[in-house]
Parts: sequence; structure tokens; C-alpha cells
Amino acid sequence: MSATAEPRTTGGDPGTGAWLHGVVREVTPAALAVTAGLDGVPVRVVRAAGLAAVVSGVSLSGYGEEAMRRNLEDLAWLERTARVHHAVVDGLSRAGAVVPARLATVHRDDDHLARVLVERCAELTATLDRLDGREEWGVKGYLVPGATPRAEAAPSGGGGAGAAYLRRRRAQLTARDEGQRVAAEAAAAVHDALTGYAVAARRHAPQDRRLSGAATAMVLNGAYLLDSTGVDGFAALLRTLGDRHPEIRLEPTGPWPAYSFVAEEPTTEPAHPVREPAADAARGPAWR
Amino acid sequence: MSAQPSVVQNSGQVLPAGHEPANLGDILERVLDRGIVIAGDIRVSLLDIELLTLKLRLVIASVDTARQIGIDWWEHDPWLSSRARPPVEPGPRDPEQVEAERRPRVARRAAAREEWDECDG
Repeated sequence: MSATAEPRTTGGDPGTGAWLHGVVREVTPAALAVTAGLDGVPVRVVRAAGLAAVVSGVSLSGYGEEAMRRNLEDLAWLERTARVHHAVVDGLSRAGAVVPARLATVHRDDDHLARVLVERCAELTATLDRLDGREEWGVKGYLVPGATPRAEAAPSGGGGAGAAYLRRRRAQLTARDEGQRVAAEAAAAVHDALTGYAVAARRHAPQDRRLSGAATAMVLNGAYLLDSTGVDGFAALLRTLGDRHPEIRLEPTGPWPAYSFVAEEPTTEPAHPVREPAADAARGPAWR
Repeated sequence: MSAQPSVVQNSGQVLPAGHEPANLGDILERVLDRGIVIAGDIRVSLLDIELLTLKLRLVIASVDTARQIGIDWWEHDPWLSSRARPPVEPGPRDPEQVEAERRPRVARRAAAREEWDECDG
């Protein structure tokens, strides 16, 4: 794509821009009115190439390059903005297929955005076709401590209290490693089964516990694209898998707009080792 | 401990009713990491927004407050501290320069994912 950046206006009001929420085929005024955009301003539509881009008009003094670098570091701003962006995308997804834009996609004017719609029309249209009548569900799997058989009791043996402690400690560590291994295998099995059912699937890196807020490690962070008619079957499968794998607790989330299924190509899937944060306690205070 | 598996803890319902207020972590993960990338005119690379820093801030409302009470272990973590952000450059930036800076970050970020898993508990 040719460079579209224009010379900055120097001084004065930097003007307004268009913050892209998502691209749909068509949107009714009623659907647009459901969710307000950024800063409470109603969203509007930029149309081109048979596509409709839903945007928030934003002031470039607040959403220009420098302001955004600063603001994205401000958690309160980020949370507010992410929630509004998501709410708009989510509202659109209830009416039909939507290609969500990544956060902070801002164009200086509608013409620039329209040009992008034209340039990427084929790709966007193909993606919308693929998402028609489908929805994304997330499934998170958490390790269930103690759900796996404990390692054999430490053999009794000679030595003093120190040796006994070390044996106990080693047995504990072995049991923990074993629990993690079993949970990781369960996560892989669950993901495989859900992948077999879904139209498409992605396995994302597990969320850190400080983000997930869960008491135990996340071992599965999957996203599954489902036919809307297949959601009940998915739920039934999930129940079966939960029964089969008591070593992990499965938690579904959704329906989500198809955030995980609009990238041109799936990112390479990272390895998902399961680790118990043995070092955390030594490193710093427990966060919760 | 009960070995009872639970798909969802509440009321035997397997899938949530949907469109409940979603968890902030789940939202951030999606809007920052996923979604289609369309080159905007305003070039703010989300790769500049270090997710780890961000995640820490989800917990530590104010880094300064945390420091005051002696919580500063991340400053001694070689990975974290090496990812300290450079000062914001004033004025427009050459897109090629931005791209050139971005590439190694992308690579580092990929590498970092593995380490991130290690942080994960």
C-alpha cells in the first residue's frame, strides 16, 4: 500500500479523524443507534466498495499519534476505550457478520478510510462471507489442583529431619509436575475435540493469572468459530469433555464477535507449557 | 477435594447467557491482540504497548504507589527492565523508520511469549 500519511497540520486544531470499530456489509440506522461510540458520540458509517465501516468521529487532539501513545498507557483510558470499542463491535455482531478492527485504528478522514475499503474489498468481503451465521466462543481451562492422583508416598528412609523434609519436598514437586503434565494433556485433548467440532479454532497463549484473576493456572485459552445453529451441540460436547477431564475446569465465554478469526493468517501457535509459579512466592507478594 | 468436574459453576447452565459484561482481561486480549489490522493514518503501534506492563497495571493501580510500599520486583527482572519504553519522540516519524524499529520488537515479542508463559502460573 502506498504511504497515505499526510503532512501534519502545524499548530492549531489538529482536526478530527475516524476511529474504525469494524466493517460490515450493511448496517441500519437502528442498529447504529444501539451503542454510542467513543466519548459518547453516536457512531457513523463510511461506505465504499459495497462495505460499511462503522466509526467514531474523534478529535485528533485526543486520538492523534502522540495523545494515543500517552493514553494507551493510561489504564483507565484504555479500559474505557476498549470497552466502548468492544461494545460497538459486539452490537454490530448481533445484526450480522462483522470484521472487528484492532484497537486504535484511526484515519485522518473518511476518504482515506474509504480508499482502504476499496483496496481490501476482496479480503474483507471474503472474511464477512466466512463469518456469516457464525459466532466465536472462548473456552478457558484451569488446572484443578489435587484432581490427579498424588505421586506415591515418599519412601521412608534413614536420615534426619532435613533428609525427610527434602524427600517430602521432592515428592510434592513430583506430584505438582505430574498434575501439570496431566492438565496439559487434558487441555490438548479438549482443544482437539472442540477443534473437531468447530468451523475453525485457535489456541491462544494462556492468560497470566494476574490477568485472568483465577486461583489456578490457565492451561487452555481456546477460541472456536461455530455455526450459530451448532452452539447447543458445542455446549453438550463441552459438558462431556468436562466430565471426562476432571483435572481441568472448563469455562466458556461468549458469544464473541469473531475477533480471533479475521486475521489474514493464523499466527503460529506458541507452545503452552504449564507451570506452577513456584518462584512467585519467593519473588514478590501474592497479588490476590 | 471433590473431583466433581464443573463446566460452569453456576446453576448447571453450560454456556453463559451471552452478552453479559465481559471480563476486562478477555476484552483487552481480543481488542489488542486480535481483530483485523488495517493501516490507519495514525500510526500507533500496539506493539509499543507492552502487554506485560499493561497486565501488571491491571493489578497495580499505581506503579508509584506500589514502589512506595516496596513492590518493585519487576524493575529487577531482566526481561521486564530491558523492555522499558524509549522516550516518546516528538514530531512526525518516518514510516520506514517505524517499520524498521517494529520488526525486532515483533521478534522479541514472539520470543517473549514463551517467557511470558513462564511467568504464568
